Amino acid sequence: MRTKETSEKEPGRGPLTTQLQLATSPSIKAVKAARNGRSTLSTVAGWAIRIFVVIVILEVISKFVSAEAMRWDVVGSYLFSPKVLSGVGLTLFLTVVAMVLGSVIGLLLALMKISNSLLLNVAADGYIWLFRGTPLLVQLLFWYNLASFLPKLTMGVPFGPQLLEFDTNTVVTAMMAAMLGLGLNEGAYMSEIFRAGIQSVDHGQTEAAAALGMSRRNAMRRIVLPQAMRVIVPPTGNQVISMLKGTSLVSIVAISELLYTVQVIYARTFETIPLLVVACIWYLFLTTVLSIGQHYIERYYSKGVNRNVPDSYLTKFKKVFGLGGRQPFATKEIAH
Amino acid sequence: MNADSDPIIQIENLSKHYGKLQVLRGVELNVYPGEVVCIIGPSGSGKSTLLRCVNHLEKPDGGVVRLQGETVGVRESRGSLVELTPAELARQRVDIGMVFQSFNLFGHMTVLENIIEAPIQVLGTSRSKAQEHAMQLLEWVRLEGKENTYPRQLSGGQQQRAAIARALAMRPKVMLFDEPTSALDPETVGEVLSIMRRLANEGLTMMVVTHEIDFAREVADRVVFMDGGAIVEMGTPAEVLDRPKEDRTRQFLSRILKSNSAAQS
Ligand SMILES: Nc1ncnc2c1ncn2[C@@H]1O[C@H](COP(=O)(O)OP(=O)(O)OP(=O)(O)O)[C@@H](O)[C@H]1O
Ligand SMILES: [Mg+2]
Repeated sequence: MRTKETSEKEPGRGPLTTQLQLATSPSIKAVKAARNGRSTLSTVAGWAIRIFVVIVILEVISKFVSAEAMRWDVVGSYLFSPKVLSGVGLTLFLTVVAMVLGSVIGLLLALMKISNSLLLNVAADGYIWLFRGTPLLVQLLFWYNLASFLPKLTMGVPFGPQLLEFDTNTVVTAMMAAMLGLGLNEGAYMSEIFRAGIQSVDHGQTEAAAALGMSRRNAMRRIVLPQAMRVIVPPTGNQVISMLKGTSLVSIVAISELLYTVQVIYARTFETIPLLVVACIWYLFLTTVLSIGQHYIERYYSKGVNRNVPDSYLTKFKKVFGLGGRQPFATKEIAH
Repeated sequence: MNADSDPIIQIENLSKHYGKLQVLRGVELNVYPGEVVCIIGPSGSGKSTLLRCVNHLEKPDGGVVRLQGETVGVRESRGSLVELTPAELARQRVDIGMVFQSFNLFGHMTVLENIIEAPIQVLGTSRSKAQEHAMQLLEWVRLEGKENTYPRQLSGGQQQRAAIARALAMRPKVMLFDEPTSALDPETVGEVLSIMRRLANEGLTMMVVTHEIDFAREVADRVVFMDGGAIVEMGTPAEVLDRPKEDRTRQFLSRILKSNSAAQS
């Protein structure tokens, strides 16, 4: 088909070709000229913007750094103080526990949602509806105050005789309330991420596994989930980062995580801003470390797929300064 | 051929609906050990559905499939049919290999990992034994040196040969092929067909849904022509492809030969 078209075109130079020729041949120069003109203009504009951005950033930083209340010596003295460090530790611990709990619940909910059982579908949807539809802060307060509503936790036949009985306040401590509140809430969000991931894997993969005699469980574990991870990891990274910061909400139930720790200190010393900066420095440090980790996990799960993982900043810098194996931007510009 | 031995697959009065649409209408077919049966027919005639009922990827709503006399996917219990447990069904599927039009290789695994996965998981073969067998199979499908490659880095023809090797790794008694060359570039169709030809020569029992009439003529022991969910005509390649009795078969063949010759020029 294609060969026919070209062979008809070449010798004859019919009206259509002439039109095309007219349209293209003079314009090559014009396009080049325009591109050169535009590139000088856009270079000037580009530099103006860059300089403006740098000035704004420097201005903000200088205001912040040189402000009266900004006692950097105080920041320095608390940054690695044992109390703050243990707050950081507890923040990390809560993040890990809540994410693990949330992921387990999320995976279960996702499997319930894609199952063929109407009961399981409805149960999962109800859970997600409830936990996504109410504020996390309210949920935390709810778990914390559970004892006032259910003084005894019992297990047994619904509406019938109860077999096991616990004192609510001994089971649901503040710490327990925090972990439950964060984890149960996270489960609702993780379920959607898992479901999207599982459904992103072609159904043919499951069929091929079934045809080979693999059990549904093994097909899910060995074939579907590893491929779903490519879709699951990036939003989960976001969830981890917002969980890390979200743990600061549990300061409301007097858990001495990072925020509560610095709050307790500045309530005594009135060095509010420097201590909040201490907390921010730690939050920023931890989210940075997590983002770097996420980059490598994404790269791991994209094996076997020709999908480009975004460059890490290290690679970007290498490219800009021509340090990496690959050629820097310069080649692109020369080519134009 | 082999009419004196017992059929390895018996398809008895198989029917299947999707909602109101009846896709299979009482299909009857016996396949004998070592036989190659090619199934041809227009799009939507139920060829894939028939094949997928053989390994119970689709549940028929009437009739049964038997593998060596044993009903596939269901058990006869006091005159009615009961679904097998997933584990029992999985055990039956080990004996029935399947090759798909779109290959369906596991994308996150290398070719070697694709082949050894099911033998290790399902058959409990040791990793070293499974790898040894996989390397033999790869050589057999002429993919030596590709064991550590990911599917997406292979051509369509190479992927389909890897998929055939993966199915063979379970040492199936029967192989089902659903249009194994339809998704391939014309240049790579031949390499897959030649592997299938060699499998037929090895005496493997095969059910092949295909539009490759030349392959059917050369390799099939029997050709089945399906239309509208039923078998219209069945016989040796010479009977069905060269001297079809039914008008519908004749029309289908003239259409497909026309489109094949158009594609070649
Ligand atoms: N999962 C499904 N749900 C609803 N209808 C279906 C489903 N699968 C197949 N069908 C319908 O059943 C009919 C037979 O489909 P089948 O795939 O068996 O045909 P086929 O002979 O393999 O066709 P082709 O040559 O196009 O592959 C078609 O009309 C198709 O639209
Ligand atoms: Mg089909």
